[in-house]
Amino acid sequence: MKGRVWRYGDHVNTDLIISGRYLDDYDPRHLARHALEDLDPVFSQDVRYGDIIVAGRNFGCGSSREQAPVALKTAGVAAVVATSFARIFYRNAINIGLPVVECPEAHANFHVGEIALINIEKGILVNESTGRTMRFDPLPPFLLEILRSGGLVSTTRKRFQPKP
Amino acid sequence: MAPTTFAQKVLAQASGEPAVEPGQIVNARIDLAMSHENAALVLRSFREIGASQVWDRDKMVILFDHRIPANTTKAAENHKAVREFVRAEGLPHFYDMREGICHQVLPEKGHVRPGMLIVGSDSHTTSYGALGAFSTGIGATEMASVWATGELWLKVPRTIRIRFEGDLLPGVMSKDVILNVIGQLGADGADYRCVEYTGPTVDAMSVASRLVLCNMAVEMGAKAGVCFPDQKVQRYLAGRTTKAYVPVVSDADAPVERTLELDVSKLGPQVACPHQVDNVRPVEEVEGLPIDQALIGSCTNGRMEDLIAAASLISGQTVAEGVRLIIVPASREVYLEAMERGILASFVRAGALVLNPGCGPCLGAHQGLLAPGERAITTTNRNFRGRMGSPEAEIYLASPLTVAASAIKGVVTDPRRLML
Repeated sequence: MKGRVWRYGDHVNTDLIISGRYLDDYDPRHLARHALEDLDPVFSQDVRYGDIIVAGRNFGCGSSREQAPVALKTAGVAAVVATSFARIFYRNAINIGLPVVECPEAHANFHVGEIALINIEKGILVNESTGRTMRFDPLPPFLLEILRSGGLVSTTRKRFQPKP
Repeated sequence: MAPTTFAQKVLAQASGEPAVEPGQIVNARIDLAMSHENAALVLRSFREIGASQVWDRDKMVILFDHRIPANTTKAAENHKAVREFVRAEGLPHFYDMREGICHQVLPEKGHVRPGMLIVGSDSHTTSYGALGAFSTGIGATEMASVWATGELWLKVPRTIRIRFEGDLLPGVMSKDVILNVIGQLGADGADYRCVEYTGPTVDAMSVASRLVLCNMAVEMGAKAGVCFPDQKVQRYLAGRTTKAYVPVVSDADAPVERTLELDVSKLGPQVACPHQVDNVRPVEEVEGLPIDQALIGSCTNGRMEDLIAAASLISGQTVAEGVRLIIVPASREVYLEAMERGILASFVRAGALVLNPGCGPCLGAHQGLLAPGERAITTTNRNFRGRMGSPEAEIYLASPLTVAASAIKGVVTDPRRLML
């Protein structure tokens, strides 16, 4: 995947990604309209399908709200790259089919608006604007499989389908 | 057998493996699965999965605490959908909005026992470690998968052991201890780890105080926090559960990643300043800041000992002019006891608003939001920008004693000044 970069700092928490005041309505489009509102009011207006977020440490810390990755994915975000992730956000993102890439080098090597190219399976991240190539540990195969099938619902559903 | 940690032992037991190592991914069988309002979201994924029924009715607890009574028609619709599901599935452990906050109600009702593997679709599920359970927060979709299969993949965490020494000074509570730890380790200082709280200071703490330590483990990124069960836990559980349990504790020489020795005998009250929980300072450094709102409650500090501590300063006093003091008992049990002991009356006489048990304004859903430019001091667990209303408001986190003292004085106040 390839996309335009939005860049944020350390400890972007789930309240900033989607505020508690919007959580009573589960409509993903409603969540997307308010994604990152308290951190960057411009984001939800200007984000384009396929954009990539590059952030610092502990991305997604705080609440277990799955609406956080849902809001970003529905807004058009194709992947989140961070120095490190908080664990529940990381799990939630994979479970709803939003790719997450842990790459400590990335934050210092991207600016807003540059183009990132990611190969999730091979663990390669390229800043196309500068030509710099970075590597990261790919997800274990069973997590890649969840991402490939679009999320955990699809993989769990297979267990409950009648055998052909 | 090689010495192993609490986390290794519980996860080995739950996955049917003879032994597991940190970093290993296991498929674990879940002993208890808790959801609050977001059961409505879980339910959507559960229906998509297409399981004909839940895996084990007796291992699920559902209750409402985040938006009670319903604050919007959407919230009411979600409540209704979950009630209908609970009825259709015949789930026996459903508390609707009657009992209070999940992290107080589950221990109270005897659902939490030492050695269990518990997951909850709430990040503060780490709380149950205070009773010796391995307990962690998960998301809604994976909770749906747990409802369907009873299983979940988990990575065996490394362990950070913190050994506390020293008696706490008057005016200092377990909240001050954990804020100090988070300030030292940082908001990601225990990411993915299991944090063991040990030592004579923890041994001397009540179960309620230990719940505060484990509750806030997630604020330094921990997967789980634990205090090893002792006679206090046994006494707490007696009369709450008749089910047998086998306590699980780390071997003394288990391979932990890091051990911290902290002497808390000279620690004073601590305050987490905006807008991160690890931005912690001694109360002296922020004393005198004017406040608009003070809140005592939440899954962190809404228990009987918290209300008693607050009342020791507030009883017979008046809340400062221009300050809104909001009290939210954590559960119906706490609410009733505080009522019967006259503690709620003393708050109301002082000018406080006493709300129904629940999460209240902690997550910014309702019941006391902040306007731009306002400042609150609260016993809750997160001071993120916008957490309790306007992103232009400031949230300071502190102990029930510090919040009570500040409510009376109208400015951030060291509670020891009122305890002379």
